[in-house]
Formats: sequence, C-alpha cells, structure tokens
Amino acid sequence: MSQDTDQTRLDYLDRPQFQSLLDVLQDAGFRCVGPQVSDHAIVFEEISYVGQLPTGMVDRQGPGRYTLKDTGTGRFFYWVSGPQALKPHLFLPREVLWQVDRDDDGKLHFSSACGQPQGVAFIGVRSCDLAALDLLDRHFLQGDYVDSAYQSRRQQIFIIAVNCARSAETCFCHSTGDGPQVRGGGYDLLLSELDEGFIITSGSSKGDEILVRLPLRASTNQQHEQVRQELVSAEQQQRSLPSTDLNEKLMSQLEHPRWDDLQERCLSCGNCTAVCPTCFCHSEIDHPGLNGMTSEHIREWDSCFTSGHSYIHGHVLRDDTRKRYRQWLTHKLATWHDQYQRSGCVGCGRCITWCPVGIDLTEEVAVICGGDAHG
Amino acid sequence: MDNVGMPHEAEVVEKIIESKSIFTLRLRFTDPQVQASYRFLPGQFNMLYLYGAGEVPISVVSDPLDEHIFDHAIRAVGRITNALSRLEQGDRLGVRGPYGRGWPLQEMEANDLVLITGGLGCAPLVSVINYVMRRRELFNRFVIMQGVKHSDDLIWRSRYQEWQQQPDTQVYLAADQAGPGWPWTTGPISALFKQAEFDVARSKAMLCGPEGMMFVAIDELTRRGMPESDIWLSMERNMQCAVGHCGHCQYGPHFVCKQGPVFSYPEVRQLHWVAGF
Repeated sequence: MSQDTDQTRLDYLDRPQFQSLLDVLQDAGFRCVGPQVSDHAIVFEEISYVGQLPTGMVDRQGPGRYTLKDTGTGRFFYWVSGPQALKPHLFLPREVLWQVDRDDDGKLHFSSACGQPQGVAFIGVRSCDLAALDLLDRHFLQGDYVDSAYQSRRQQIFIIAVNCARSAETCFCHSTGDGPQVRGGGYDLLLSELDEGFIITSGSSKGDEILVRLPLRASTNQQHEQVRQELVSAEQQQRSLPSTDLNEKLMSQLEHPRWDDLQERCLSCGNCTAVCPTCFCHSEIDHPGLNGMTSEHIREWDSCFTSGHSYIHGHVLRDDTRKRYRQWLTHKLATWHDQYQRSGCVGCGRCITWCPVGIDLTEEVAVICGGDAHG
Repeated sequence: MDNVGMPHEAEVVEKIIESKSIFTLRLRFTDPQVQASYRFLPGQFNMLYLYGAGEVPISVVSDPLDEHIFDHAIRAVGRITNALSRLEQGDRLGVRGPYGRGWPLQEMEANDLVLITGGLGCAPLVSVINYVMRRRELFNRFVIMQGVKHSDDLIWRSRYQEWQQQPDTQVYLAADQAGPGWPWTTGPISALFKQAEFDVARSKAMLCGPEGMMFVAIDELTRRGMPESDIWLSMERNMQCAVGHCGHCQYGPHFVCKQGPVFSYPEVRQLHWVAGF
C-alpha cells in the first residue's frame, strides 16, 4: 500500500468530512451556494449543510426533456447540469441600477443602487460554467466600459469547480473545448468526486487558504486513475459542433432554407436565451414610485426572441421567428468570434434540453453548414 | 471612478419648435463642473432620461466647440420622445454621454465633403455642417443633399437657404412628393446626384437616414467611382445601455452604440440589404 500513496500530496477529502468544507467557507465569511433539487431540477441555491446536496441524483436529458432519478449512490455531483448555473447569481435577472429622486422644484438627484454584496462560494461549478463565466467577464468587465453591478458581485466570489464524471445526452462541451474536465484556471478549488470521497486541489491563493484548513489525507494513485477513467468516459459525448470556422460558414448561409424550416418549429419563447450561460441581453426600464418623487432604473433579462428586442422608430426589424432564430444562432456561433475572440457556445446543451419543442442547435448547424437543406 | 451608466442632471435652457413633430432642446448640465468637462464629437449621441419615463438615445446637433450648451433635435415618435416634447425652459432631465464613435472629420480635411441625408437623418449631420462652416478653409467643396418624403417634412428650410449662400457650398433638396412652392427637386434623392459637383477621387461622403435611402446613395457614389472606404454612414438600432452591454443594437459583429453609430461602409457592407440584422 505504501507504494500506492504519496504522503506529500494531501489532497483527499473523505465524503463524511465534506461538511467541513462548508463550515470552513462559512467561517471565512462566504455564503455557500450549491446544487439542490427544486421543482424536479437541479438549481443553485443557498446551502449550509451537506444534507441539502442532491445526493445520488442523476439527470436524464434530451431535446425538450429533463428528468431526475435517484440512483441510490452517495455521490453529490453525479448529475451534470440544471437549467442554470452562475449567470443568474452574477448577472441578476432583474436589478435596480440607479434611482432618481425628484424634489418639489423638479430637481433630479441620481444615486447608484450598487451595494457591496457578501462573498458567495459556489459549490459544484462545471467546466462549461467556468468557460461561460469567462465569456461574461469579457462582456461585462473587459471592454471599454465596466459594469459595476456585475463587477461588485464577481469580485466577491469563490469557486469550487467539479470535474464531470459523466455527460448528459445533450452535452457537447468536448467538441467546443470547454469540458468535461476542468483545465486551465478560473477556480479556487477543484473537486474530482469518487464514491468514497474527493480529490481536491487549489487553483488560487484564496483556495490555498481554505485547503489548509480541511482534514485532508493522501490520495492513492488508484484514485487518480479512477478519476481519469471517468473523465475519459465523460468525453464520449453523443453531440458535437463542427470544429470548422462557423463564423464564415454561418454568415454565408443567411438565406439558407433551413431558417424557414426553423420558423415552423421554433416558438420564439426565449427559453434558450434564459438558460444559456452566456446570453447577456437585457432591457433597461424605469419604475416610478407611487409617491411621485422617486423612480428606479431597472435592468432585466431580455431575449433576441422578443419583438421588442429589435424595435426601432415604430417598427420591428426582426419581425418573424426566422429572423430571430437566425440572429440568435449567428450571434452565438459566428459574430461572437468577432466580439470576444471565440464562440459564444460552451457546449452545455441547456438550449437543447430546455427548448419546449426540442430544437437541437448542433443538428441545425450541421444542416445549415453542411449544405443539406432537407436535414 | 464615476458610474458610467448614471445620468447627470441637465436643464432645458431653451426649447425651439421646428415643426409639428420636431423640436430642439438646448441643454446645460446643472453641475458646472460636469458641463465644463463635457466634450463630444459630431456624430456621437447622448442618452436623455425623462423622470419616470425612461431613456432614449439622441444625437447631439450643436457645435462641439460650444462649451456652454448642447442641442438635441428630437422627433416625437414614441412614448419617451412624446413626453420629452412637453418639456419647457427650466425643466430638468437626465443626460449621460457622449457615446459611440463620431465622424472622422480630421481625416477628412482637404477633401470635398458630400453629405447625404434623409428624413430627420440630417440631425446627426447638422453638427457636422456647423463644424465645417466654422472651419470652412479646412475643406474643399461642400455638397449637402437632403431627401424628404414630402416637402412639408423639411425642417430648417431657412438654414438650408443660409448654407447655400456660403462659399463653395452646394445645397440640393429633393422631396418624393412636393407641395406648391417647392423650389427644389421633386423625386428620389438619386435625382440629385446629376446636379452635384465633387471630385470622387478626393471626396468623403457622410450618410445618415433610412437604410434604404443610404444604400441607394452608396450605389450612386460607388458607380461614380468613389472608393467604398471613403463612404461613412451613421446607423441606428435599438439602444438601451449605450455601452455595448445590453445587446439590442447588434448589427452582425458590431455593437452600433460602441463601434458606431458612425461606420465606414466596408465595416458594415456584409449585411447590406439582409433584412433582420
């Protein structure tokens, strides 16, 4: 046995000790947010004890289909994805950006509504979610203008990522290069889950500070080998996106008949944009108070599938679903490259699962870019 | 750092009724320091905020050298612009800006300038006209072409007459439909190109107005031999944040509020005539 362990490598947390991770994080001032079962799906909500985690749950996903099943195993992270991960916690579905007070003389006083949020530790963040977070960072933080509301929350977070031990039927992150294994950085701690415990490593100095406070012991080579094997099997995904340059290809197919075919199926409901971890469109609206003296300037998620999204001077530029689906897909997979130097798709497959009519973008892309108009 | 997304208070110094639906608000920030540091380029826009109603992007039409006041010509077409039309002298509103990329006027010096506008499209170019008139010696021939649907839609008629009197300046106006006493051309804007005199090899064109009109004008200009890279146009899209974050103003790879609203034609040619972008 001594050949099988490396005592200098203290990176194994026994499953019964997992509560200590939550305790240490809470002790360090973080509010913990992690996966839980709610309304028959995995969602990220505040948690404080291990019993709230979706122990033994796996998700069965397909186009327009999501069910959870209890496998009876002790694993916390054997599910793959829920409808949402980090996006709604950093880019809120609705928030007040600033407010204005009007005095009796009609003078206006503007004040920012951005507060100083408490730090949040996210537990169970997937590789695709980290890639999506990087894209949101590029959009809200790394351009000419910094979004202070997003920034104030982003600066306070602590990320505990987890490698995927399996993939869902809808996953295609391996083809986009965004998973299922967490590579590169972007996390503070990284978990690889095994039946009896976790291999845990740090990816930042903040991660180091938490790690040293955990009751770790040495992992075995056999455990590392098992993690490796599970990752290899998770890479065997049923769906993929072509690795060719979709920017040029899609933008040269703007009149493809498949867009008309999509119009027949797509309900323009916007579910895909709501569950997409990188969709960032939002509206700004004003909500005057009943006292007539204050008004709030609010932003809330919008979708390029609404008629209001392209409204200008009394008419709607994208006045049918064909144009709206084309806007969404060409932006996500083509012009995103021009804006952020990579595709806007991280291969999480949420838009496939949560589409009420089961439209599968990988299939649409294959038809539109493959030249087969009849799919 | 200042919160880039939050307006500053401004007051209406003067309101000018230009036509039944078009009015000009002359504004000044109430905080003298904000006013003193406010600079814009012709072609840029501000977000105007009306208390309780919301924000709307409007281009600045005054001369950028005027440090005391800035003007917005506004057509009352929607909920917020209609409400803005009820503002009077002394009323307060919020202003943030300027945003976007303006016209590259310094690069255009020593050239003929050809301005082609349609509808109220001339608003983003009125500041250019004011700018050029004050620096007439920096540019060569100055051609102003404006098309309107009906002759009654023309605002600033006296200003066009005034501009026509300036040295080396040509003013051509066309109305698709003309009422009695219309001294200019009746017909589409393309009819004006026969009259305009400019050297296509040493000209810069600036276009603003409905996209169909601009694309017709681009065809006319390129047919006369003007290189596409000498043609500049101002685009309009739904804009809500003005900083490239809300996503409404996307035009293919561009955020019109940030990379535009002024583009050189080759930058936007890809989607020329593709409806829905």
